[in-house]
Amino acid sequence: MGDIVAFLSDFTIRNVLLGAALLGISSGVLGSFAVLRQQSLLGDTLSHAALPGVCLAFMVTGSRQLFSTMLGALIAGSLAALIISVLTWRSRLKQDAAQGIVLSSFFALGIVLLTAISKQNNASQAGLKHFLFGQAAAILPEDVMLMTLLTALALLIVYIFWRAFKLISFDRAFAASLGLPLNSLEMLLSGLIALAIVIGLQLVGVVLMAAMIIAPASAARQWVRRLEPMILLASLFGMLSGILGALLSSLGKGLATGPLIVLVASFFVLISLMFAPERGILWARLKQLQEQRNLREKQVLYDLYQLSLNHDDPSYPSELGMLRSYYGFNVKNALKGLLAKDWVRPEKHMPEEGLHYVLSERGYQEAKRFADSFADGFMVDERLV
Amino acid sequence: MAMLNQILNNPDVVIVLVGALVSVASSLLGCFLILRKASMLSDAISHAILLGIVLTFLLTQNQNTPLFVLGAALTGLLTVILTESLAQSGRVKYDAAIGIVYPFFFALAVLLINLFARNVHLDTDAVLLGEIGFSWLDTTSLGALEVPTSLLKMSFVTLLNLAFILLFYKELKLSTFDRALSAALGFSPFILHYALLSLLSLTSVVAFDAVGAVLLVAFVIIPPSAAYLMTDSLWRMLVIAGVVGVGSSLLGYLSALALDVSIGGMMALWTAFFLALAFLFSPRYGLISRYYQGLREKERNAKRMLLVHLFNHENDPESHQENAVSALKHHLRWDKAHIRNLIMQGLDEGLIHKNPNDQLFLTPKGRLLAQEVLAPWEYSAKL
Amino acid sequence: MLDSRRAHEPKLALHVEDLTVSYGSKPVLWDIDLNVPPGVLAAIVGPNGAGKSTLIKTILGLIKPAAGHVYIHGKPYQKQRHLVGYVPQRSSVDWDFPTTVLDVVTMGLYGRLGWLRREGHREKQKAPKCPSPSGHGSFSHRQISQLSGGQQQRVFLARALVQDAEVYFMDEPMAGVDATTERAIIGLLKELRALGKTVIVVHHDLQTVRQYFDWMLLLNVRAIAQGKVSEIYTAENLRKAYGGQIALLQHADIPKTETLLAPGVDSHAMQKN
Repeated sequence: MGDIVAFLSDFTIRNVLLGAALLGISSGVLGSFAVLRQQSLLGDTLSHAALPGVCLAFMVTGSRQLFSTMLGALIAGSLAALIISVLTWRSRLKQDAAQGIVLSSFFALGIVLLTAISKQNNASQAGLKHFLFGQAAAILPEDVMLMTLLTALALLIVYIFWRAFKLISFDRAFAASLGLPLNSLEMLLSGLIALAIVIGLQLVGVVLMAAMIIAPASAARQWVRRLEPMILLASLFGMLSGILGALLSSLGKGLATGPLIVLVASFFVLISLMFAPERGILWARLKQLQEQRNLREKQVLYDLYQLSLNHDDPSYPSELGMLRSYYGFNVKNALKGLLAKDWVRPEKHMPEEGLHYVLSERGYQEAKRFADSFADGFMVDERLV
Repeated sequence: MAMLNQILNNPDVVIVLVGALVSVASSLLGCFLILRKASMLSDAISHAILLGIVLTFLLTQNQNTPLFVLGAALTGLLTVILTESLAQSGRVKYDAAIGIVYPFFFALAVLLINLFARNVHLDTDAVLLGEIGFSWLDTTSLGALEVPTSLLKMSFVTLLNLAFILLFYKELKLSTFDRALSAALGFSPFILHYALLSLLSLTSVVAFDAVGAVLLVAFVIIPPSAAYLMTDSLWRMLVIAGVVGVGSSLLGYLSALALDVSIGGMMALWTAFFLALAFLFSPRYGLISRYYQGLREKERNAKRMLLVHLFNHENDPESHQENAVSALKHHLRWDKAHIRNLIMQGLDEGLIHKNPNDQLFLTPKGRLLAQEVLAPWEYSAKL
Repeated sequence: MLDSRRAHEPKLALHVEDLTVSYGSKPVLWDIDLNVPPGVLAAIVGPNGAGKSTLIKTILGLIKPAAGHVYIHGKPYQKQRHLVGYVPQRSSVDWDFPTTVLDVVTMGLYGRLGWLRREGHREKQKAPKCPSPSGHGSFSHRQISQLSGGQQQRVFLARALVQDAEVYFMDEPMAGVDATTERAIIGLLKELRALGKTVIVVHHDLQTVRQYFDWMLLLNVRAIAQGKVSEIYTAENLRKAYGGQIALLQHADIPKTETLLAPGVDSHAMQKN
């Protein structure tokens, strides 16, 4: 216990945890809009595109101060978003190509600048490469302060424009009919996504920041029915990914923070895709099995009823072996279900011929109700006569 | 022979050649990728194959095994399959699926490098930057020839891609432009799609050493995009993309030497420069020609609009009001000078005439033109 | 310039003058004049590619016209947004968006509330009480992805009703819905008309025009004819609107069918009469 307290009160660890939480919140909130507007890869593009901004900020100021770095990255990211818009509006290039062009050419510029800087032989240039994959340990209290301010700013803007953002994300045409300035609002959202990326740079780095925009929001989407809880849950997933990833990276030397945070976030996506109620793959599978079983039970019940009708005997006993060879599937499970509902009862009718099943009174009524519900559409099944 | 050997071992030549081959091999596939609106798959594949490379290294503990190619190509294919089945499950959209799968693979790869493969040839810088500057170092003997290995490998991949495209040109074209028709005709668009992406994975892994994950995206997407802005014909697009790629490699190398910066980065920047040129100056699809084209269309449409307006109100009871020069500016919301200009033109071309009360009337020629505008299916033959 | 303070054609619910729209170099609407009186149920009818949706979108300011202007109840559209309700095409949104029926319907209030603040409790309570076309209250907390096509359309209509508008524009509300929903929708539209509202509907089904609507615009790039359905729905007008696609009309029950299908149709029919 004392160890944990000592660990948490450690200066660096506390900064890292706070930073990771802020990163998760901002990217969860803005990532939700990006994912829902089918702009996920904008996050990918803008994060790669931040690199030349980081390098230029260093070249201008000569230091790795987070403020100038963030400012450089934000400017580069916003410029990248603008170029994507210009390319798609003003030429025949499609969205995907425009994103690929901007992503790779901005990154190329960043790499050229990186190599140019490395020739300068400046002591602090060595750390610049940490912006590729993130470095939690380098985070300072004033950095956390700055991240807090930027996160608050982003959240405030989202709060103020909440209705507008929600509306343009769901129904652009309706939003436009109310007189909302679509283009300005969309540029504002892109700028905010660039801001969220900038907040995460120090911890996750430019290469993997895209995942933090996409993964928490995609995971959250599986659990919710409405946008508001989605955004809350996405921030929670983002925050947990940040914190857990940062903690894991503090365990071993040389473990880059970015990849670990992304792996935790991917884990949340996996869990959500599998287990979220309603949308989870496992749930869907269970539901499918349940429906299949219901259908088979109904089928067996109906056929027993038809047999009893054809033999003019409400308690006509049907033999297990006969039923088994009649159906392609294992009829035993279906019979088990019907027995549990007390719709059939077993009967040792002719012991030498094996187990027989008879409709119970309730089962007979149930089958009759079922049969009457589509009485006009169906004839007596001739295979059973 | 000795001379050929000398050329093949000249670092300058080898670097430019490798760059040119990387860009030609990539843009051959990239042309189809951007037409299929799947450009970002190249981003996903080029990042994700790192996992294949790392895993192969960890399994074989060998830095020089041809199994790299296999491992990486399989990972690339796995990335695409996972992405597409995730999108098909309906739980996430296609774009999000791309952005979920590849960062996971890439993060895993970087982590594995950190943990197990530090200080080997696989360091994270090389992953992103590539080392095309060293591409002439390793050589392989081919009889009397000492050929740089990377040059040999890239030549092979380029020839393979070229052969694939030449062999299946018709099928690829059809399945790109009309997937349903191509399936109906019995060419499996599914198999072609995966063949294309397998070749992309293969190209990525071989080009990886030279230019790294992200710059490869530049070579796959940018030259084809520039070519797409220049032409409507697919084979011309392939040729232009190749030329842009080769030119960028040469210029990229020269400028990188002059500035003493990353060679791969400069090559990619030159492709972006060519794209900017095409975006601005392409004769048909460039910004500038489209601007002037737009102005011309606008002028032409304005004239037609005036005719149609006069035509629509010819028989109105209040046509003397509607078709007065002074009323036009209220109705069409154009400024005076513009309207005067248009009327002058219309008078010159004999489309309208004006009575002393400043009312405008259509001439028979003007009326026919208006009718042609409104119902081209009935009148186009008469003009 | 026209004095914008003075009401222009105040007796009309919708007054469109000389509206021309072009996409790039290709004009899609030519010099449309349109006058819809208040309190009618109006259909915009025309062949595919006639510019029906474009017309509505341009009237609503979603597309910038090359020329022309739009008046709603006597004033420019921009000043009358609060009088206008809109039902976009159902396919224009992602129905997998995480939102509930109630959420979508509440969006109908955004126009009046302004879009910068958050909705208060009063407005939230108002939403479910508004006239409901189909008892959507029973599934107001359902996620929209679970709705059938007909239910989705009803939700869109409910949102428009919440807008409490005077003039409604609806883009193919009856496309791809089942017969029951279609009857429910048309019943609702008639209720709106009974309340004195004006409803303008892009409609794709010629056969039901006479049954459902009392006013119509025949559109094919230009306005072919407009007015009461009883006067406008003639073989002559339909032929002008549908031009070469005349075979389609065989299925519609049109007066004077024999003249319509007679060989050697009068090629001067296009001229203004």
